Amino acid sequence: MNHKVKDATIPHIPTGARISRWIGRNLIRIYAVFAFTYLFIPVAYTFAFSFNDSGKSNLIWKGFTLDNWQNPCGAPEVCTALVNSVKIGFLATLFSTILGTMIAFAIGRYSFKGRSTSNLMIFLPMATPEIVLGASLLSLFLVFQINPGFWPTVMAHVVFCISFVVVTVKARIASLDPRLEQAAMDLYANERETFRRVTLPLVAPGIAAAALLAFSLSFDDYIITNFNSGTLKTFPEFVYASAARGIPAQANVIGSAMFFLALAIVITGQIVGRKRKVSA
Amino acid sequence: MRKIRTPYLLLLPGFAFLFTFFILPIMNLAQTSTQTPVGGGDTGEFEQTLRFSNYLDAFLENREQFGRSFVYATIATLLALAIAYPLAYAIALKGGKLKNFMLILVIAPFFTSFLLRTVAWKQILGEEGFVVPTLRTIGIISENTTLTSTSFAVVMGMTYNFLPFMTLPLYASIDRIDPRTLEASGDLYANGFTTFRRVTLPLSMPGVVAGTLLTFIPAAGDYVNAEILGSPNTKMIGNVIESRYLTIVDYPTAAALSFTLMVVILILVTLYIRKAGTEELV
Amino acid sequence: MTKESITAKGDLRLTRLTKSYGDFTAVDDLSLVIPEGSFFALLGPSGCGKTTTLRMIAGLEEPTVGSIHLGATDITTTKPCQRPINTVFQNYALFPHLTIYENIAFGLRRRGIKDVEAAVDKVLALVELPHLAQRKPTQLSGGQQQRIALARAIVNRPALLLLDEPLGALDLKLRRQMQIELKWIQKEVGLTFVHVTHDQEEAMTMADTIAVMNEGQIEQMGSPADLYDNPKTAFVANFLGQSNLIKGTISGNDGDSHIVDVFGQKISLPKNRSHAIDNSIYAGIRPEKFRISRLGTPTSGNILTGGHIEDVSYIGVSTQYQVEMPWGQELMVFEQNDDGVAPFSKDEEVNISWEPIFTFGLRGDEDATAGSEVNPEELDEE
Repeated sequence: MNHKVKDATIPHIPTGARISRWIGRNLIRIYAVFAFTYLFIPVAYTFAFSFNDSGKSNLIWKGFTLDNWQNPCGAPEVCTALVNSVKIGFLATLFSTILGTMIAFAIGRYSFKGRSTSNLMIFLPMATPEIVLGASLLSLFLVFQINPGFWPTVMAHVVFCISFVVVTVKARIASLDPRLEQAAMDLYANERETFRRVTLPLVAPGIAAAALLAFSLSFDDYIITNFNSGTLKTFPEFVYASAARGIPAQANVIGSAMFFLALAIVITGQIVGRKRKVSA
Repeated sequence: MRKIRTPYLLLLPGFAFLFTFFILPIMNLAQTSTQTPVGGGDTGEFEQTLRFSNYLDAFLENREQFGRSFVYATIATLLALAIAYPLAYAIALKGGKLKNFMLILVIAPFFTSFLLRTVAWKQILGEEGFVVPTLRTIGIISENTTLTSTSFAVVMGMTYNFLPFMTLPLYASIDRIDPRTLEASGDLYANGFTTFRRVTLPLSMPGVVAGTLLTFIPAAGDYVNAEILGSPNTKMIGNVIESRYLTIVDYPTAAALSFTLMVVILILVTLYIRKAGTEELV
Repeated sequence: MTKESITAKGDLRLTRLTKSYGDFTAVDDLSLVIPEGSFFALLGPSGCGKTTTLRMIAGLEEPTVGSIHLGATDITTTKPCQRPINTVFQNYALFPHLTIYENIAFGLRRRGIKDVEAAVDKVLALVELPHLAQRKPTQLSGGQQQRIALARAIVNRPALLLLDEPLGALDLKLRRQMQIELKWIQKEVGLTFVHVTHDQEEAMTMADTIAVMNEGQIEQMGSPADLYDNPKTAFVANFLGQSNLIKGTISGNDGDSHIVDVFGQKISLPKNRSHAIDNSIYAGIRPEKFRISRLGTPTSGNILTGGHIEDVSYIGVSTQYQVEMPWGQELMVFEQNDDGVAPFSKDEEVNISWEPIFTFGLRGDEDATAGSEVNPEELDEE
């Protein structure tokens, strides 16, 4: 195919019109760049100030250092708080994922009397502000004379994580082709085998996503935790408490490390998922 | 018989848990809300006297904070909608190969603790940050104007923190729109704005409803942004409940306020879903 | 520009239109005039550039170079909403949130037409679906959706109606019925229709003029009968129906005809139907033009002897034969079952004959299989 683009007889679109139409078409992309910048300003700030040679108060830039990264537990209490948060997050994720997945299967796979009530029961915790959840749980613990602390916090986290797990897993179940299960049954698999060999592997990505979501919700929670943790301090509580006098740079190190770790997990998951799709 | 029992068996543990740690506490909250201090003193002991006027007292005493909560939450929700909609639109319809990558970018800020990010805003917008001196030099704000400790900072912080909650459902519903319907609209003499108003927006209503709910509900009960970015003049109902519970130890008032907040939000949500549901949703 | 474009009318003129995506040229220096009031089909396999051409006419793509005129008005860069052109989209693109009535009224309301109701009612009656006005698109069958998509476009009385594979999603029987209806509606409303399709039968049933596209360029343009009886290239000969292409050499002349030597046998080929540029030629004959006869039966016209029946398929209205010729080529022969003669059987030795007038000639250096490897039925979208 020989191009005669420079041929004067070919009508051309004026350059001015071309440029203004290009801007018109790409305006929204340019906007997206600005929106992402807005989203990432505090993340970048937190990351940058993790390298601040700050001393006690990490408010003003005083110079670059790697000390904070080499000694992330350098500030008092910061690592204790981190360990607490990870433990609580792990347990809350475990319980809420198990309970939530069971509910999701019940609602997503069966029609039964009371299904809409069940849906309402899942919606209500999401429609209740965290402060009400936290406060009401605290008042219950007080009535039964249970001291706030580690386990009350785990229970509180499970309450608000369950609904998100149900919603996430249910969406995955809904997107499954029911004929796959029928095909498995047709190929001599009984109910249990069908579930184990077909249904569960297909729903697994949804459960994994739900677990990841539950962990990040639990790990990041401040309001409910604040009501139910008593003297125990989680990482968000630590940050909140130190906010007034300036957060130690080690907290920025931990926050940034969490950011890159989670990003790596998500991107790996994406790549694995894509590879599976390609090889399938 | 087994088949009929299966869903109930699956539901049982989860719902037993939710009953114990969600329904019971809410009932207990309602119960606490009508108590009065034993002997009328500051003993920290309370007894049930069915004093419903606790509600009126609590509301009247804190109506300013109540009002502020709903105003701030509404503004933050609208701002988040305005910022998130074009972003979700760009990802869903112009994302191309970068779609998944951009979605990860939307949730990625979550991975840094939201408190760290909120504190970061405080420092960025604070006196020692770079924004205030710059704006002062340019002359956009005067010498004695500050950005932190203002309602502006609180609303901005809430908008920022809940932005991904708004963006994701919007993305999900815009992504479901067949781009050919948008082309068809242009083909049928609708300009860009009309296409948005008559086709894109109505078709993305489920996302708008979900996103605004996921933003408004936590925003109305939030007190962290008000605490970190605000001042005593920007206190929201969440701040009041927190201090009544944990500092002043006035459980009945705190319970009455919590219960009121929950009921008001539930009513608003129900009205909202019903209106959106009957008029616009497919 | 905006005000006059919406009322523009007249012939559609594409001038040296090119659309490139990076290195890939979808439409390559295409010039074309579509007369007002005609039913024009752009026919070609997947990826030939026909949909890109349609999208440029609709304003959904901008040409890399070239211009588009409607009558005297240049609409090359005019926005879709400012062109007096409407499209029936592939898969219809009906608005799922609006009723059928509102779908049809959409364009009228945007242009501020006064009597929306009368216009909608009239067009609903035209497509014979007035009872569906208050339904939503998802409640309609594929055929009904197709008619509503058509109604939504023609209610605007555009200067030009574009149809992008409009019948692709329908089953065969419905497709036949809609082909007839579309043709009837086009006559009824008197609009210019530009129809994009990969289905040669659909194009031939409906269009006055067909442009066969291949690799971004027009291979040949003409009436369905022209294209079928006198294809200029092997691509057209194979894509539009089936053809037997027999390699030969022009060895002499006999008045208005060439004498062609095919593997030692002589046939005659009208000069005005030859597109060969030198002595090397492909003689083309459509399968249904062949007559098949037992050895010793008298025959007239062009005759090729030494055939051997390899395969027989009886398909009711006709019987199809694969006949192997002495030079190893298998020719396809369709015989109407209308003469009461029992079909031939496999392994019979036969001769093949046909009227010389039905022979067309193609350049001998062409790829005889061009256009035949694409099976139009399998291609859905580009």
